[in-house]
Amino acid sequence: MRRQSHFLEKTLSGITQTLERSLFAEAISLQPGLFQSLDPRLKVLATLALLIGVSMARNPWVIGAVYLLVVCLALGSAIPADFFIRRVWLTIPLFTGMIALPALFLIPGQPLLHLPLGLIVTRTGAQSVLFLLLRVTTSLSVVLLLVLTTPWNTVLGALSVLRVPDVFILILGMTFRYIYLLLHIANDMFLSRKSRVIGRMSGSEERHMLAAIGANLLSKSLNMSSEVYLAMVSRGYRGAVVTFKPFRMRPRDWLWAALFAGITVSIIYLGR
Amino acid sequence: MTVKRLGTYYLALFVWLFTSAMHIPDGYLSPATSLIMFLLVLPFWGLGVRKIRQTMNARSVPLISLMAAFSFVIMMFNIPLPGGTTGHAVGAALAAIVLGPEVAVIAVSIALIIQAFFFGDGGILALGANCFNMAVVIPYVSSAVYQAITKGTETSSPRRLIGAALGGWLGLTAGAFFTAVEFGVQPLLFSAADGTPLYAPYPLSVSLPAMLIPHMLVASVVEGMMTALIILYLQRSNIQVLEAAGEKGGGDGGVSMGKLRWLWVGVAVLVVASPLGLLAPGTAWGEWGVEELTKLGLESIPAGLERLSTLWGAPLADYDLPALGNANMGYLLSALLGIVLVGTMVWLLTLLVTGGAGRQKESI
Repeated sequence: MRRQSHFLEKTLSGITQTLERSLFAEAISLQPGLFQSLDPRLKVLATLALLIGVSMARNPWVIGAVYLLVVCLALGSAIPADFFIRRVWLTIPLFTGMIALPALFLIPGQPLLHLPLGLIVTRTGAQSVLFLLLRVTTSLSVVLLLVLTTPWNTVLGALSVLRVPDVFILILGMTFRYIYLLLHIANDMFLSRKSRVIGRMSGSEERHMLAAIGANLLSKSLNMSSEVYLAMVSRGYRGAVVTFKPFRMRPRDWLWAALFAGITVSIIYLGR
Repeated sequence: MTVKRLGTYYLALFVWLFTSAMHIPDGYLSPATSLIMFLLVLPFWGLGVRKIRQTMNARSVPLISLMAAFSFVIMMFNIPLPGGTTGHAVGAALAAIVLGPEVAVIAVSIALIIQAFFFGDGGILALGANCFNMAVVIPYVSSAVYQAITKGTETSSPRRLIGAALGGWLGLTAGAFFTAVEFGVQPLLFSAADGTPLYAPYPLSVSLPAMLIPHMLVASVVEGMMTALIILYLQRSNIQVLEAAGEKGGGDGGVSMGKLRWLWVGVAVLVVASPLGLLAPGTAWGEWGVEELTKLGLESIPAGLERLSTLWGAPLADYDLPALGNANMGYLLSALLGIVLVGTMVWLLTLLVTGGAGRQKESI
């Protein structure tokens, strides 16, 4: 019994978690806060500038300072601090940390620390691990700040500043919407299947069942795409896309734009 | 002793990689690499958009959206493997078989962009690299293998399943290979003056086997298995989807793929063979003398461990270690990069030429 429901529950909880997370992000993005009040185009550009700055910096202190700055911005934007820090640090040590760990011993350099079993931590090894962890953490936090404070359709609208073609933005927007629909459909299929299974399923049966759900989802998606197309045509769609861009930069936004520009230049200059 | 430690280390890496996907987060690649990867993906995006305009027109917007959403959702499926672990499929091989590789590039790319921007899976600056590894390499390699194996068969033929399984397996393995190369060139090209790697720290001799072997054993198996099982289900219950896919593949896409199919198949085979050579330099290139062997093996011996080992200590005492290692790696690396770049360029040129011919035929 326990074995057969294991992977079903994993998939179900993964899907539910994704839906929950996006609801949580939506809730935060609607609260009053520092980052919420900025022009979304500015936010997208600032996020990219910070990411480039972090990836170019060659001084760990500078990257660390950017991380602190991002945490402060998150605090000013109604994001719970423990959530913001935990969400990033729970995934970082697990993934990057485990990848980076052997680099402590493998990178040639001056010995820094002697461990039992004859392992030697080298200075360069420790520095490289520090670099990787700092860069990954800070980049992830920068993106998380944008995602948590900006509704997704606003981010999409703001992407047009980056000369992303309107058709592409339309597709991104529709994809985003249909991800939720398909997640719900998949969730229902898994749940209905799970509620009808008694006893054990063999591994091969489980795989065939998953393939059936996947193939059904594929057929449903293809059918739905023709239905959606007909619905679009009946509402006057003829292949041309017009997006609504209600953005306006206020003096305050320009001030922040100047600030972010200054920060990025100093990251690149100080982090050389 | 050294061998034992090396074994433990690889085992630890494998255990981690068993459960991991190929999404590269920001911070692993230098800005220069990220930029180059964007430049490499760009022509494929162009080809995909052109293909969509030619064959699907206004219908394409909802179709691409739904397929991208489908790719996203299928990546969340937990697939049980023999032995009790579970893995994730990318779904790019399936998308390539149903939609054709050109359109699959766009659908999977959009799924990856949404993952990066809204769910924090994979970096923003690393999007070029992630799209190249997963949205370009997997669809083109799996589609080439699938077409090579299933050419002239019925839609309901069992050979389609073999093609789908092998295509998925080879496609994902090739994707993992390119990911490993991108990781592996970082310490060589982007290190601080004192030798500290600034981005991903491991050289090719570590990143290639560490990425490729577990992927060949787990993630690629999942991809191949799921692709084949879904095709099997479609053969039994909804064969129209596959027949429609066959028409798409047999058209313009079939012409452009047809001539270069074997190139992609060859790339896939080389990719699979590469970690074997790197893992066992001594046995594979056994004719060489002790000194050459030592030089060759140098890069794959962790320096911290090697310093302790009396076996390696003596013959290497006179050499300037990092410089020698880098020179060797430099040769290997430039050869590898050269092959990849030339292959891509030739392929793109041929595709543009044959694609142009296909269009002319159509307009007549």
